[in-house]
Amino acid sequence: MKYSIFSLARAALSGHKNWPRTWRDPEPQKQYDVVIVGGGGHGLATAYHLAHEHGIRNVAVLEKGWIGSGNAGRNTTIIRSNYLLPGNIGFYEMSMKLWETMESDLNYNAMVSQRGVLNLYHSDAQRDAYARRGNAMRINGIDSELLDQAGVRKLAPFLNFDNARFPIQGGLLQPRGGTARHDAVVWGYAHAADKLGVDIIQNCEVTGFTRDANGKVTGVETSRGTIGAGKVGIAVAGNSSRVAAMAGLRLPIESHVLQAFVSEGIKPLIPGVITFGAGHFYVSQSDKGGLVFGGDIDGYNSYAQRGNLPVVEDVCEGGMALMPVIGRVRLLRQWGGIMDMSMDGSPIIDKTPVDGLYLNAGWCYGGFKATPGSGFVFAHLIARDELHREGARFRLDRFQRGAMIDEKGQGAQPNLH
Amino acid sequence: MRIACPFCGPRENGEFSYLGDAKPKRPAPDAGQDAFYDYVYLRDNVAGEMEELWYHGGGCRSWLKVRRNTVTHEIFSVEPVAGAGAQKVAS
Repeated sequence: MKYSIFSLARAALSGHKNWPRTWRDPEPQKQYDVVIVGGGGHGLATAYHLAHEHGIRNVAVLEKGWIGSGNAGRNTTIIRSNYLLPGNIGFYEMSMKLWETMESDLNYNAMVSQRGVLNLYHSDAQRDAYARRGNAMRINGIDSELLDQAGVRKLAPFLNFDNARFPIQGGLLQPRGGTARHDAVVWGYAHAADKLGVDIIQNCEVTGFTRDANGKVTGVETSRGTIGAGKVGIAVAGNSSRVAAMAGLRLPIESHVLQAFVSEGIKPLIPGVITFGAGHFYVSQSDKGGLVFGGDIDGYNSYAQRGNLPVVEDVCEGGMALMPVIGRVRLLRQWGGIMDMSMDGSPIIDKTPVDGLYLNAGWCYGGFKATPGSGFVFAHLIARDELHREGARFRLDRFQRGAMIDEKGQGAQPNLH
Repeated sequence: MRIACPFCGPRENGEFSYLGDAKPKRPAPDAGQDAFYDYVYLRDNVAGEMEELWYHGGGCRSWLKVRRNTVTHEIFSVEPVAGAGAQKVAS
């Protein structure tokens, strides 16, 4: 169905009891043109763009649990395109532009809210680095403003500007950054892809790949039987190594746990997204009033989807250093998600050495903001067997060629990215 | 998650730094580019039991080899590895 003010009014008159399903619940067919493994934001966005841009509608998205039950529903919902390096900057801006038109494209309210992302700086050296980043953004046509302390005070007067150790000198603001409702993004892509004919199959875990005599992938084995496919795309960040291993591949990725937090609801306080430049802490306020925040990954390999207390302490200390005003706010929930930490902190969207198998992985903890761009670029790759201009550097073999995209300059130590 | 350091007793994991999988061994200097690519960049990324190297920087400053389940965080054994860095090169 098409959602509009009229459909809302109609449903309201019948007490909201007659809303039709947002997407169908089909049985898997024997054969598809393309099978996408992973029903998160990236997988669903890929299916949508395959159907919408490339006319490939005989597509299935296979999800082992329910769609959006992985990282798509566990992130802190931040969207931004304030990157520095070639390869990243154009890609994330393309993604940002897709966020701006997403709701009308998908006919779904994803609550995209461009209320600004503010990165604070606390030293002269950090100001210079942010000025450089801001200039790189502007050269690429992206909005950025370098604020001094007075400028930050206007936006967020409650911050601890005179912290003895980390005084706030100013910040780099991307006004078009902000947040989006993560679940609604998943549901919106599912709704739009389903309408174009894509089968979204939940509770269907991929357990292996079927290959022909030449080694080409011809389909997937699943908990609901074998499903044939002309091409198979993997979009299972967190578990990429496990799924790729079924095709005999080893990846430049480690899986790590990242925790996120939400507080009890309070009155409007935080105007947009604010990040602490002297530690690792980022916070925004949801429309329900809860403070949504996070920090570093725990730092050890994990598939457990839960973390440990030292990082909880560290994140809360970062929050208190930045804004002591939240000291008496109670924590409501805390959870963990599993990140594909790549060896240079940047993602991989590429063909694999296995014919017919395509990989979308390595998003570290920046996958949510990339959702629309990732789907767009990955669909382009699968449909045309060629790299999209904006994703052309996210190659799987870039580590071998020495063409890393290392925003933080940390080298091949994934827990430091 | 608490790690039972053989020298200091059980301590919270915040006292430790993580190096990662203990399995990759530095190839001989003339082993060639592919061997080094494998060593530096590729990982088994085990879901299950794995031997890994931790450093007790907040305690005795020893390198430890920890056998741990990456799915449950259960720890099975912790052994001291004197000169873990040197050992990596040796084998």
